[in-house]
Amino acid sequence: MDTSVVLSGWRLDNPVIPASGTFGYGAEFAEFYDINILGTFSFKGTTREPRFGNPTPRIAECTSGIINAVGLQNPGIDAVIERELPRLKNVFNKRVIANISGFSVDEYAHCAERLGREEQVGLIEVNVSCPNVKHGGMSYGTDPVHAAEVTAAVKAVTDKPVYIKLSPNVTDVVAIARACEDAGADGICLINTLLGMRIDTQRRRPVIANTMGGFSGAAIFPVALRMVWQVADACRVPVIGCGGVETARDVIEMMMAGATAVEVGAANLRNPYACKEIIESLPVEMERLGIERLSDIIGIANQNK
Amino acid sequence: MYKRGTFTIESNEPLTAAVWRMVLAGDTQYIVRPGQFVNIALDGRFLRRPISVCDCEPGRLTLIYKVVGDGTADMSRMKAGAELDLLTGLGNGFSLHEGVQRPLLVGGGVGVPPLYMLARRLLESGARPTAVLGFNTASEIFYADEFRALGVEVIIATADGSAGVRGFVTDALNGVDFDYFYACGPMPMLRALCSVTDCDGELSLEERMGCGFGACMGCSCKTADGGYKRICKEGPVFRRDELIINN
Repeated sequence: MDTSVVLSGWRLDNPVIPASGTFGYGAEFAEFYDINILGTFSFKGTTREPRFGNPTPRIAECTSGIINAVGLQNPGIDAVIERELPRLKNVFNKRVIANISGFSVDEYAHCAERLGREEQVGLIEVNVSCPNVKHGGMSYGTDPVHAAEVTAAVKAVTDKPVYIKLSPNVTDVVAIARACEDAGADGICLINTLLGMRIDTQRRRPVIANTMGGFSGAAIFPVALRMVWQVADACRVPVIGCGGVETARDVIEMMMAGATAVEVGAANLRNPYACKEIIESLPVEMERLGIERLSDIIGIANQNK
Repeated sequence: MYKRGTFTIESNEPLTAAVWRMVLAGDTQYIVRPGQFVNIALDGRFLRRPISVCDCEPGRLTLIYKVVGDGTADMSRMKAGAELDLLTGLGNGFSLHEGVQRPLLVGGGVGVPPLYMLARRLLESGARPTAVLGFNTASEIFYADEFRALGVEVIIATADGSAGVRGFVTDALNGVDFDYFYACGPMPMLRALCSVTDCDGELSLEERMGCGFGACMGCSCKTADGGYKRICKEGPVFRRDELIINN
């Protein structure tokens, strides 16, 4: 049985990838299990400068999901290169996905260029879809022209594959994905979180200090699946499916919709062993469904519709 | 070191109208310091519930929790024999310091529980702690007798004056001799405490958490060195000089 998949020439043992923002820089999960079993993982969204992020509370629970408004808290690219990557080397012997964010096209390019030089980095995931920061983040990912501009700027400074992580908070995700592909993106990752909010009815005010945040978790799986389907159908480049994945069956469903690999996000926060359990049950699920080679099912539902 | 474990409820009983004590049996080896917490998975709730450890001995764990929402209400309905999925060994916990003879324990409401295991450890180390425990009203008092049974001097403060000193914990500190403090309670209490004493001490903070083990950055706080710390990971206990306490 073969669970391997290939992202732009990079072979992963399996398609399971913890999503950025739910896995830190790997160290916390390495205490729970040997993270080398992962396909790879996408590290915490990194910016040029250190960022504290938004005021707390940043977290609100929902039915089958969570809203976060962390706001790209990260130690900045210098600390990631000097401290986090060397530390990661002690617990992870595979290459990692470098998730970068920015508040200007220059900042995206700066982060991509520097992380692109790191041999530990397998590909660069460009977050143009963070809903929790003003003047940056999602504003680049909700407009095809801006998304293409960031894509081209990042592609110009690195030889590593460049995947653009897209927002679901748009009218036409396909138009944005196509713009990124036309600007040279090697792949598309979607979806980031859906903009949402909760109100504390006792205090009569929003739960989240920043009022709104990004909604993720099992509840968003059908939305994510639909967008993966649309983008995989419209683009030639590989798609990483992300959004609400909790089980091996979800992984297979995402792949049948067109995903080459699958990111697991919020599930890691409730169950730190979520990805381990998914990876262990993938062969069982493949056997049940008569799948010999996992990569054979990529987009198969689209061929059979 | 932290791990997931399955625990069995031995008892689950109310101490006041809203505060419950749950005793669980399971592998407690990862709980190594007072002031650490566990994170409890509940059926049908997406996030775990972080609850401070009130007491712990090999194989047995005592939690005290307040029913504040649907998740803790679920917990209050659980019966002996039921199993729970816990992450244990979370957070840094309180530190014991050589040379501290008269530690002061300051607890406000549901901030009282983690001070209990701390008091036990302090007594074992030869220190003589005093506990100042603050509540809204007499009917909300819990664990004062348990602290006394350990041999801790207990001073009660109630906001309405229905028991002990009328007012807040800071109103009950007159004449109390201490050379270090440990505090857990609402932020206004912690601020007030720091404004009335220059003594060194440690504060346990609370925040809405996503994961409880340092992955999601949901519970960060800014620190005095210009950086930030995760309340669930580098905390929940901080030295007062690490924190920015705005009075």
